[in-house]
Amino acid sequence: MTEVIKVDQLQNTKADFKSDQVIKWCAGCGDFAILSAIQSTLVESNVRKEDVVFVSGIGCSSRFPYYMNTYGFHGLHGRGAAIASGIKVANPKLDVWHITGDGDSMAIGGNHFIHLIRRNIDMNVILFNNKIYGLTKGQYSPTTPRGSITKSSPDGTIENPFKPGELTMGAQGSFFARVVDTEPKRMKEVFLEATKHRGTSVVEVLQNCVIFNNRIHSEITGKDVRDDHQIHLEHGKPMVFGKEKNKGLVLKGSRLEVVTIGKNGITEKDILVHDVHSPDDTTHYMLVRMTLPEYPVATGVIRACECSNTYEAELEFQVERAKKKVGMNSLQELLEEKSFIVD
Amino acid sequence: MSKKVSKVIEVDAVVVKFAGDSGDGMQLSGNQFSDTSAFAGNDLATFPDYPSEIRAPQGTVAGVSGFQLHIGHKEVDTPGDLADVLIALNPAALKANMKWVKPGATIIIDIDNFDNKYYKKAGYIEDPLGDGTLDGHNVVKAPITQLSRATVADLGIDAKSADRTKNQFALGILYWLFNKDLKFGNEFIENKFGDKKPLLAEANKRVLRAGYNYAETVEALRTTYQINPIKNRKGRFRNITGNIATAWGLMAAAERAGMELFLGSYPITPATEILQELAKMKHFGVKTFQAEDELAGINAAIGASFAGDFAVTSTSGPGLALKSEAVGLAVITELPLVIIDVQRGGPATGLPTKPEQADLMQALFGRNGESPCIVIAASTPANCFHYAFMAGKIALEHMTPVILLTDGYLANGSELWNVPVVKEMPEIHPPFVEDNSDYQPYERNPENLARRWALPGQAGMRHRIGGLEKEDITGDVSHNPYNHERMVHLREEKVQKVVDYIPELKVTGEDSGELLVVGWGGSYGALVSAVRDLQEEGKKVSLAQFNYIKPLPKNTAEVFSKFKSIIVCELNMGQFANYLRMTHPEFNYLQHNKIQGLPFMIFELKEKFNQILEG
Repeated sequence: MTEVIKVDQLQNTKADFKSDQVIKWCAGCGDFAILSAIQSTLVESNVRKEDVVFVSGIGCSSRFPYYMNTYGFHGLHGRGAAIASGIKVANPKLDVWHITGDGDSMAIGGNHFIHLIRRNIDMNVILFNNKIYGLTKGQYSPTTPRGSITKSSPDGTIENPFKPGELTMGAQGSFFARVVDTEPKRMKEVFLEATKHRGTSVVEVLQNCVIFNNRIHSEITGKDVRDDHQIHLEHGKPMVFGKEKNKGLVLKGSRLEVVTIGKNGITEKDILVHDVHSPDDTTHYMLVRMTLPEYPVATGVIRACECSNTYEAELEFQVERAKKKVGMNSLQELLEEKSFIVD
Repeated sequence: MSKKVSKVIEVDAVVVKFAGDSGDGMQLSGNQFSDTSAFAGNDLATFPDYPSEIRAPQGTVAGVSGFQLHIGHKEVDTPGDLADVLIALNPAALKANMKWVKPGATIIIDIDNFDNKYYKKAGYIEDPLGDGTLDGHNVVKAPITQLSRATVADLGIDAKSADRTKNQFALGILYWLFNKDLKFGNEFIENKFGDKKPLLAEANKRVLRAGYNYAETVEALRTTYQINPIKNRKGRFRNITGNIATAWGLMAAAERAGMELFLGSYPITPATEILQELAKMKHFGVKTFQAEDELAGINAAIGASFAGDFAVTSTSGPGLALKSEAVGLAVITELPLVIIDVQRGGPATGLPTKPEQADLMQALFGRNGESPCIVIAASTPANCFHYAFMAGKIALEHMTPVILLTDGYLANGSELWNVPVVKEMPEIHPPFVEDNSDYQPYERNPENLARRWALPGQAGMRHRIGGLEKEDITGDVSHNPYNHERMVHLREEKVQKVVDYIPELKVTGEDSGELLVVGWGGSYGALVSAVRDLQEEGKKVSLAQFNYIKPLPKNTAEVFSKFKSIIVCELNMGQFANYLRMTHPEFNYLQHNKIQGLPFMIFELKEKFNQILEG
């Protein structure tokens, strides 16, 4: 019921999605790659241009809608999720994208972020996580690593950072993926998976802020380390990683453990196989929590379970049911209930 | 006992107050008797008065729940100053209400609850039945609890449910006292308990009858009163509260615009009923979104508006404070949005269940930047329907947020409403555009300066809007200083142009005279009653009650200029008076203000006006 109308042979091109506005991000910003990947995704997802709506809050990432030649709404700080919810509920046929950052959705809009996910409204949430406040010029964010020295934490932060994936799981998220902004092809593949998922799809993009937090993700994204420090998860495939593809994840007790295939009698058969669709999110939860140096950082689609209906589909169902059930055809009938005529 | 002989007196109007513990069903009884009186053709106005705690300690004054009802053969505009009949189910109810009864009033008490334990809880030092408190009143000491229990003893319902029927006993007495047909009372009970709880329906009906029979035989009641149907009134009527009227007015606007209604809201007293009522209206395609907070409520509504629904958010003063930033977003994106503020006493949490005209300044000015909105105010429970409809019509046709102010007094109060014919109501024409039109988001209709409204999903008109300043016509982001100034003026001008689409101000009474009483919104009932009384005494007083506040009606200055003195009466410190000093500084404004979480009393207004008239 809530599926986006797709028309065969639309043959949109990337240029169709580029707006005429001058892009005002800093040179070298990770946002450019995300913009490009999303434009490519829309070409492949074969959606009607006029059905696409980009909604954002405030921050560098939130300028995004101005650069897309689709319908767009640049909202208020933190409120993008609420605005996007209203749009999708009002017109479930639309293909709604919510563009946000770590300040926008983890701090000032944290409440809306978890409630959007809990309601499971069908939209794509692209969370640009650069672990810093860029637009206000360099204060720590809720995802900034503890101890970081920033403009507003000259002695180091004394707050524990959020992991967006943990919040998503805690809010009963039905879809979570993580990608890095240096890998455009994978970004596009993951965004495409997000568009296919019915429900709230959260994609965390580890994005680089070249000015205020340069190389914050380089331990994960650097060419020399990425094979060993990232595990790219694919549904139905064993959880292996490493330059030699000889490392993998196994379940030991109630914890994940990194093992080497061929050592200590470990064979490929012992390695966990990734199941994105599992309704039980225990493993997905462990995967999103993995951090360096003990574990590689998980990327790719970590969870994609259409185990509960979307909010707007449920609402539409209730509306249709009420129309059948309540034997009242006109507003006039309602107004005249309990009324009487005085002559 | 043999049936006594009693006499019937015809009266123009009576005020009845129901009071008991907050679990005693006083609100229900009040509504039941209101409906009965309405069916009998009386005019009526009601006001519930209940504590903000759900169940404050039993038997204490803090826990007293009240419901006041004014029924009349002539027009009634307020729930009445003082009660002719008080029903007090316990000593606390008596204590809380003795100052609101007329001399010589009939006071019906449940004698079963009048003992030392309850006196102490109510804070009485002496027995109020013996200390002269009730001197000069006609007191009916009825064993209500005992007789109610006895009436349902054989039904096998639990003790708690049995005790809950005692409100019906007190009501039964009233049905006899005011010659009302028990049939309406029984129908109300059937509707309430219906098929689901037939035993409770039976118990309540029986106790209602028992109360009636008791009144018929008891010696203390020798006179009954007849309030004939109101004269000179024809048409279809029903009893309605302000909150329900508001919800329905919004639905009527959606229907006349051919649009779906979307409400984004967060529960807050005294506005919650609007959300609850609309949540029941899915069969009319109404979508209610109970948001995680006030901010999400309005922002979701803004999203829904962008997507083409008739969007509304409902709240009270504290919620409007939280929504202010988003109201500004609706102002700058020039999207239709109705914001309903059911005002209550403030600041902060203030007095959640008590009325106050608290938020006029907040509605007009409570935002960052130059952020003009339409502000309108309903003035009776029933006309909440009309003003909710008009709020929708103006928002949708002028592409602007509209703040509709009601208050706890209107929201929970009720009166008779002349039911309109929906298909005869004005049509609403939002400035939609055809697919593939030559479209610029901020191009305006030169007549009312409204921009056109292209919806996501429409081909050929993709565009972006948002909270950053927009370039005139194109809607591109612009920091150009001259463009900003131009847009600020355009937004203000657009709001001011609405003046051509609203009615002129009408005064109650002569167009000129000694004193013009000025009010706005929910104080209408008390002000018009006081002014009419003085007019009957031949005094040169008129009333100008404002419903349209921003913009003010065109003829405001003209109306003001014809009176020697002007007094602005408000349930706040003078917010409207100060607004008038700003917009119409050429006049001198006297003030009468009350900030007690209580409505105006007619007698106190008359006293004040007489003082001025006597110079």
